[in-house]
Amino acid sequence: MGLKLYGFVPSNATFRALVSLYEKDLDVEFVKVHMAAREHKTPQFLSRNPFGQVPVLEDGDITVFESRAITQYVARAYADKGNELMINNDPKKMAIQSVWMQVESQKFDIPSHKLAIELYYNVLHRGREVDEALVAEYKPKLESVLDVYEQRLKESKYLGGDSFTLVDLHHLPNVYYLMATEVKKLFDARPHVSAWAADILSRPAWVKIVSMLRSEGYV
Amino acid sequence: MAIKLYGVLVSTNALRVMACLAEKDLDYEFVNIDMRNKEHKSPAFLSRNPFGQVPAFEDGDLKLFESRAITQYLAHTYSDKGTNLIIHDPKKMAIVGVWIEVESQKFDQVGSKLAWELAYKPMFGMTVDEAVVEENEKKLEQVLDVYEARLSESKYLGSDCFTLADLHHLPVLKYLFGTKTKRLFDARPHVSAWAAEIMSRPAWVKASST
Repeated sequence: MGLKLYGFVPSNATFRALVSLYEKDLDVEFVKVHMAAREHKTPQFLSRNPFGQVPVLEDGDITVFESRAITQYVARAYADKGNELMINNDPKKMAIQSVWMQVESQKFDIPSHKLAIELYYNVLHRGREVDEALVAEYKPKLESVLDVYEQRLKESKYLGGDSFTLVDLHHLPNVYYLMATEVKKLFDARPHVSAWAADILSRPAWVKIVSMLRSEGYV
Repeated sequence: MAIKLYGVLVSTNALRVMACLAEKDLDYEFVNIDMRNKEHKSPAFLSRNPFGQVPAFEDGDLKLFESRAITQYLAHTYSDKGTNLIIHDPKKMAIVGVWIEVESQKFDQVGSKLAWELAYKPMFGMTVDEAVVEENEKKLEQVLDVYEARLSESKYLGSDCFTLADLHHLPVLKYLFGTKTKRLFDARPHVSAWAAEIMSRPAWVKASST
């Protein structure tokens, strides 16, 4: 088939892309990029992604980078395989799906990613001292977003609509990392957010990613 | 009027939607939100955008927020009106999708910070933070170096025709070109030519001079 995903463990962007391929039941070769050896800055890798970042998807003659462009490509190109990941037949529902896809990208991603890197990777995995100033800066920002999510999830089963879509999927890596840290309390304090998080984290495609993480010594 | 846009004319996010409405030749009503008096934090506005930010949008009974969701809704729903802003070929559209993400994830974050420091702060009588400017100009240069290489192989960012991938840049470009940051664009011939071209589009000229 020729599907190749270049990435590394535990890159959240890599997992965002990889879980979409697993949701679609696709055979994909996961090609590890050796960041410590600066493989991502070699001319060969830069010809795949000029920004020198993971993940990159190769599907035959097409190369896609940016995790959310990869997931959307996969959802559309393989619409008839595996689980449905995008609503594509109702313009109003598609518009609402777009709104919440932007919300994850524009509002949720930065604070959740900053906290995940600090608390899950630096503190939990590397054993470093916590940067309290960073946590104090980003926790309130994440809380504001989760307050909006709590209201949204009172009215809608999933963030983008009444079924699981890329909107929810895009959250998986950061939500997973944060649940292993003190930030879990912020999710637990919001019953609809908490239930939604538990639901999406229990999906078989994500469980496959968790085994990969554990096999590499991550929590 | 069925289409309404709620915002302020100086907002880059509102301008992004206005650029798209102009390209699609769509009539709409612009409703000014009194941000100075915190109208964007009123319960009425929060019911349109729970994050209390401009713009908010409605088309009949459909209510939307987030400028890039609104532009994508317009591009798909009114695909037979005005300029075509998306591509129907799935492989070509996948590449457009890449550069739409690049604008959102790489360009906008640094571009907006620079626009805030150099264009908006002076408007509000606030002091410019030169350290922030220096840090973000360095980051912007790295992004523009990638754009320069891309635009030497492709007429527009996403493909060989103008799409949302280009349009989404227009509002931040408008503000940056009124500041010293313009020199970073001028120093890169393909980027400079691309910026000049898209900023001279009649729809943009109309939308940005309202």
